[in-house]
Amino acid sequence: MPLVEITDIHKSFGKVEVLKNVSLTVEKGEIVAVIGRSGSGKSTLLRCINGLERVQSGRIVVDGMEVTSPATNINALRERVGMVFQSYNLFPHLTVERNVTLALKKVRRMNSEAARDVARAMVAKVGLADKLGAYPDELSGGQQQRVAIARSLAMQPTMMLFDEITSALDPELVGEVLKVLEQLAREGMTMMLVTHEMNFAKNVADRVVFMHQGNVHEDGPARDTLIEPRTPELRSFLSAVLH
Amino acid sequence: MIRELGPNDIVYLLEAARWTVALAVIAMVAGGVLGLVVAVLRIVSFKPANWIAIGYINIVQGTPLLGQLFIFFFGLPLFGIQVGAWEAAALALSINASAFFGEIWRGSLQSVSPRQWEAGAALGLSYWQRLTSVILPQAVRISIAPTVGYLMQLVKDTSLTALIGFIELTRASQILSAATFKPLQVYGLAAIAYFVICFSLSRLSEQLEKRTHAAR
Amino acid sequence: MNYNFRFNALLPYTEEIIRGIGVTLQLTCLTMAIALVIGLFVALARMSGNRALRGVARVYVEGIRNTPLLVQLFIVFFGLPSVGIRLDAYLAAIIGLSINVGAYASEILRAGIQSIRPSQIEAGRALGMTAGQTFRSVVLFPAIKAIYPALASQFVLLLLATSVVSSLGVGELFHQAVFIDSRTYRSFEAYTLITVTYLVLTLAVRALFSLVYWLVFVRRPRA
Ligand SMILES: Nc1ncnc2c1ncn2[C@@H]1O[C@H](COP(=O)(O)OP(=O)(O)O)[C@@H](O)[C@H]1O
Ligand SMILES: [Mg+2]
Repeated sequence: MPLVEITDIHKSFGKVEVLKNVSLTVEKGEIVAVIGRSGSGKSTLLRCINGLERVQSGRIVVDGMEVTSPATNINALRERVGMVFQSYNLFPHLTVERNVTLALKKVRRMNSEAARDVARAMVAKVGLADKLGAYPDELSGGQQQRVAIARSLAMQPTMMLFDEITSALDPELVGEVLKVLEQLAREGMTMMLVTHEMNFAKNVADRVVFMHQGNVHEDGPARDTLIEPRTPELRSFLSAVLH
Repeated sequence: MIRELGPNDIVYLLEAARWTVALAVIAMVAGGVLGLVVAVLRIVSFKPANWIAIGYINIVQGTPLLGQLFIFFFGLPLFGIQVGAWEAAALALSINASAFFGEIWRGSLQSVSPRQWEAGAALGLSYWQRLTSVILPQAVRISIAPTVGYLMQLVKDTSLTALIGFIELTRASQILSAATFKPLQVYGLAAIAYFVICFSLSRLSEQLEKRTHAAR
Repeated sequence: MNYNFRFNALLPYTEEIIRGIGVTLQLTCLTMAIALVIGLFVALARMSGNRALRGVARVYVEGIRNTPLLVQLFIVFFGLPSVGIRLDAYLAAIIGLSINVGAYASEILRAGIQSIRPSQIEAGRALGMTAGQTFRSVVLFPAIKAIYPALASQFVLLLLATSVVSSLGVGELFHQAVFIDSRTYRSFEAYTLITVTYLVLTLAVRALFSLVYWLVFVRRPRA
């Protein structure tokens, strides 16, 4: 059974149709790069998967939980699906350590000591062990984004969603964040990531999903799809991002 | 009976200043509690509650405090509630404060980025956990400066209660000025007393703000 | 409750109320105009390179903002005569109010001036605009747009604050309540009517400011 199973979902904001009959599956351990022009519905797709957006019709099942059913405890689902945003969204009033421990203590009901141990391990994993006591406004963008990843990982999610997490970073800081993603890939984490880093998609992702005007326009193995696009839309998109 | 300004007169002014502070503290506490109610009514997703809060805020902020003071001073006895200048002053200032606090706190709450709500949601925090652990601490930080700013206004506003005869710093200065015929010195002293209170408040606000971290 | 509210007892005083509204609006507009001039000079002084000038301006602004208007008015009207400066109530009111609002206006104007970025001026020049055009469309217009809401609320606050000068005996709107009260002994009705009149005035003034904002900044945006 696939980890994520999306069947015929439809999503509109008012009169604007943002996702039109999107169907997609993601297997456990798979790394799926979602690409496409701005406004094609990539973020909306990711946000539907952890229930930040509600769909009008269709079904989304993640790890056996039906996201689209009103009976599902959406907060319990979100514990299992980590999400990192373009704008980091760290909690500015909390230190790095407390950013990571907050959900462990509140949601997982861990005691302070256990939560702190997890936070130490996760923050060390993204290479920021010396920044545990720092506040977000004392960190660079790349460091903040790595903390945001650590914060998500601390919840031991079954899969991770990444929405253009390097787009807001200065070019010289992109590498340090991508390195963390590569490490996660080696560890076998299931990931869906919206990205404009085509080389990264080519080398790290298993699959590429190309979104175009609210539809999955092309879906295939990363290397083949990016080197030999089948549709003119993907071809023109790729030539636009690569030049 | 004209006489010189003596140490006793300064003590008299300082004693009256205690009433200025007492009035401001009462309005701060009562107005703060009522202001929370106003802020909540203003943001809950229930239109009639929003309208009531907006109407209340517009009426209070659209009329002079002086008018509110006189209405309570003369109006409450007509409803069988005997009040002196002190009660009328405390009531009018509390109501005034509640409208301002309500607006300030609503604004602070809504100025926390919606992305903070989302970040909390994405971690599996419940609505209540997001509100209390993520949003409120940031809203409180944002509200410090405008809240203390309004407290300074409140201290200055208490001077208007002199005009319904409540003896606080300004009314005491009027009395002393009439007795000593030294209006410039007496009102100057009163101004210094107000300055000390208000300036300390603004310093306090700076200190509080320095100790907290906010979004950049 | 066995009190009979008799608002119609106030009817004979319509003329006084209308006169009061006139004086209040006149006081408000005149004060605002003077305060803007004071505010501009003080704002420039606070940003000048001269330390002494900056210090004086800061003392003025802090002194005014940390003391009540009523005490400031008492100092001007009752205090100054003891050093030989005798002003009639209306003049004292204008001076006291202007000095008060000037301090607040200077803060608003300072924020407006600081909102102008030199890069915008360069961009305007680079587009081939003359210095005058650049100043108008790149400097003045956006700066005024930025401070317009703050100035509008300052105006409303001032309109309400003028009620305080009734204590000097200036015949503005609030003073008419005192007058009507003394004639009719209908205190509650008199103060309620006048307070509601202020509400109508502030609502009208706010609507007018919104209309002007829409006409000038929304309908045909130039910047
Ligand atoms: N909350 C929203 N309300 C209204 N429209 C939205 C909202 N979020 C996204 N949209 C619209 O949906 C479309 C797809 O947006 P998005 O999923 O963010 O695209 P992408 O991430 O591919 O750039 C865009 O046209 C965008 O304007
Ligand atoms: Mg997006």
